[in-house]
Amino acid sequence: MTLTVPTTDTTRTGISVKRFTAWRRRPWAGYAVVLAALAAIGAIYAGFSPQTDRAEAADTTRAAADLNNGRQLFNDNCASCHGLNAEGTKDAKGKPIAPSLIGVGAASVDFQVATGRMPAMNPGAQMPRKEPIPAFNTEIKTDYKEPEKREEAEKQKAEAEKNLADLRNYITSLGGGPEVPSAAAVDPEGGDVALGGKLFRTNCAQCHNFTGQGGALTGGKYAPELSKSDVTPTQIYEAMLTGPQAMPVFNDTTLTPKDKQAIIAYLVKTREEPNPGGNGLGRIGPVSEGLAGWLIGIGLLVLASMWITAKKPKKLKKS
Amino acid sequence: MSDTTAPKAVEGGLNFLDDRLGSTTFLKRNLKKVFPDHWSFMLGEIALYCFIILLLTGTFLTLWFKPSMTEVIYDGSYTKLDGVKMSEAYASTLHITFDVRGGLLMRQIHHWAAVLFMASILAHMLRVFFTGAYRKPRELNWLIGIGMFTLGMLEGLFGYSLPDDLLSGTGLRITQGVAEAIPLVGTYIYMFLFGGEFPGEDIVPRLFTLHILLIPALILGLVTAHMMIMWHQKHTAMPVRNQTEEQVYGYPFYPVFMAKTGAYFLFTFGVLALLGAFAQINPIWLFGPYDPGAISAGSQPDWYMGVLEGALRLMPNWEITAWGHTLSLNVLIPALIPLGIIFGGAAAWPFIEQWVTGDKRLHHVNDRPRNAPVRTGVGMAAVTFYGLLWLAGANDVLADKFHVSLYATTWFFRFAIFIGPVLAYILTKRICLGLQRSDRATIEHGVESGVILMSPDGAYSERHEPARAEERHVILSKENPRPERPAVDANGIPAPSTKGPVGHLRSRLNRAWIADDVPIEDVGHDGHGHGNGNGHAAIEAGEDHREISKH
Repeated sequence: MTLTVPTTDTTRTGISVKRFTAWRRRPWAGYAVVLAALAAIGAIYAGFSPQTDRAEAADTTRAAADLNNGRQLFNDNCASCHGLNAEGTKDAKGKPIAPSLIGVGAASVDFQVATGRMPAMNPGAQMPRKEPIPAFNTEIKTDYKEPEKREEAEKQKAEAEKNLADLRNYITSLGGGPEVPSAAAVDPEGGDVALGGKLFRTNCAQCHNFTGQGGALTGGKYAPELSKSDVTPTQIYEAMLTGPQAMPVFNDTTLTPKDKQAIIAYLVKTREEPNPGGNGLGRIGPVSEGLAGWLIGIGLLVLASMWITAKKPKKLKKS
Repeated sequence: MSDTTAPKAVEGGLNFLDDRLGSTTFLKRNLKKVFPDHWSFMLGEIALYCFIILLLTGTFLTLWFKPSMTEVIYDGSYTKLDGVKMSEAYASTLHITFDVRGGLLMRQIHHWAAVLFMASILAHMLRVFFTGAYRKPRELNWLIGIGMFTLGMLEGLFGYSLPDDLLSGTGLRITQGVAEAIPLVGTYIYMFLFGGEFPGEDIVPRLFTLHILLIPALILGLVTAHMMIMWHQKHTAMPVRNQTEEQVYGYPFYPVFMAKTGAYFLFTFGVLALLGAFAQINPIWLFGPYDPGAISAGSQPDWYMGVLEGALRLMPNWEITAWGHTLSLNVLIPALIPLGIIFGGAAAWPFIEQWVTGDKRLHHVNDRPRNAPVRTGVGMAAVTFYGLLWLAGANDVLADKFHVSLYATTWFFRFAIFIGPVLAYILTKRICLGLQRSDRATIEHGVESGVILMSPDGAYSERHEPARAEERHVILSKENPRPERPAVDANGIPAPSTKGPVGHLRSRLNRAWIADDVPIEDVGHDGHGHGNGNGHAAIEAGEDHREISKH
């Protein structure tokens, strides 16, 4: 640590090591180094610190704004039935009007709102699927030819997606709950169709029919049809996970995520599958077949018999 | 028939046959057989031709179908079921559907033919009932028809159960339940039928044998009897001009009717091929293999079993438990009572009617439905009863498609099956009587000519013209009720048929049968209708024509 041996070497810059060493030995050198280091740190700090601070502050404000937006949307569209704190409401007799939304999770919000079931219009036995209200309609048409129209529609769509996300986050912030499944988890391509068919027939077909055409339930309720393409894999997954309306919950121990994906695969494959035997007659089984048999089959044959018996040969024979 | 002689080769062959079978006289007599023309007379033929097509397509299907409950793992063209465990019966049905050339088409034609077979029998039976064509001497053929319809239901149920798909298994489960519900011997019958616990290994092979051998043979036998009796008794005729109780007026079998009925076979085949090609039926690959733990919403049987399904759905859950045994009224009543009423009632009807009306004559000319208001009313009541139960069998589909509450449909049908038939009877009878009145007005006042006359004092009136002879004949085919025989004759002795409570009941029913009837008399607006006059006179004279009505 001490180089006391004098030397005549010079550095490549021409400053002799001797001189450098000499500076080092000056009494102020220590202070200078400390100062320089402080300055450097200060400079670096000055360079970075205020920026992160600002970014963090901006993030917090935005998150707060988003949450606020979520709350605002909730207050505007949901609170009238579900209560200002999402605690649910009851009528005078103590019969629940709307359930508490604390802990229902993002998956439930996504399912109910994206399928248009919530906000509900007319309270009835069951909320029907309908077009979501404009604030949440993420499925609007954007393929307009005119650029202005398209831009407008895309903006609206982005707005709706943000609104939906804000609402989800707001409800999640109240008490957690199941998350929206990832795209990979609901991909029909990744599911085992044969297993899905088996699980579907055991767990789902009793209400939704063997091809997901839907069916009647008690008390005016019904199992909706799953055979239309606007029922997305994500929505099917969310429905199993959260058990909306009359549907039971199929949690991850009853039906593992793999099982759920298999069921989605079965449903999507089935609805895309053409009917090899001609018109599927609604794929609801023997009722429509009987109707077709009587109306078309017997109908055509009665017409044929009328035509045949109306034909008169020239000479009528009498015996 | 023709003036030119046949070529020698043909004539030689014909002579060969004639020498051995004496067929010339037989053919000479039968080829000239006359068939009256009316479209509704063809309904029964649909059933006959469907039966032929069922035999042919069914034979095709047996070439590949394996009636076996052995468990296999599917590995065929329908990849959606790859690796799924199923019975060999189901796997072979998939094989017929997807791997046998024309297999799906044959399956679909077979199934559509079964649907139309039963539908046309029912339509034919309705025609026969409402026109009174079952009356003496045709009661036997009526009973044979009911027998064929019942056998057809069984045949359809068994065929539906063979592929061992989810729906057929559900049907079998109900069959098992019905068998078990039979008091005392139910469990034994179920065990004998299934050869052990449900579903077991035996049921499909057993049903297969019944489906392809025994029941078709029985139906074929009954078809033959039905046709031979019909041929022997000759066809009934609609009450139009030239048709009398003594002779049938129509086209000879050869060449006219043969061409018509041959064409009608082709029509039937064409419609079945059309349906088979363009309308999917019984997509067993979508139902999946049977699994006692699975079920689908909207599980219905084929239409002809819908009545039973509906009865079962409407029945409240009544059970009686006594001495350690349960009497399952909730299954027993729907399984036996509704069809018992309809089939038992239909079978007994010709005899009941004969007993009530005391009409023991032979009938070859049909009634118009309006001229037998009680019969038509009872028929419509039965149609309503059957139709409501049938609809109730599809109540979940109705609730789903028409957005009504499921329980509301159940309760509606529970009341409607009792109220509906009564309403139908009253309404139908009133409509019939109204039509009778309008007929009488036509005979007495003629038809509206559309010519408006103004009298000198300014009143307007429409001129009526006598109806056409054809129309008059149809209307005058009505047989006015004969006055009831006096209950007590001149010497104060009551007629034997009115004695006792049974006789009393008979008299009352007889009065109900003819009450409100609107007599229609020929008032002689008819200038040249001596044919009508004859028909009318024949009815007036009544019994005298019985002897010569062998036409």
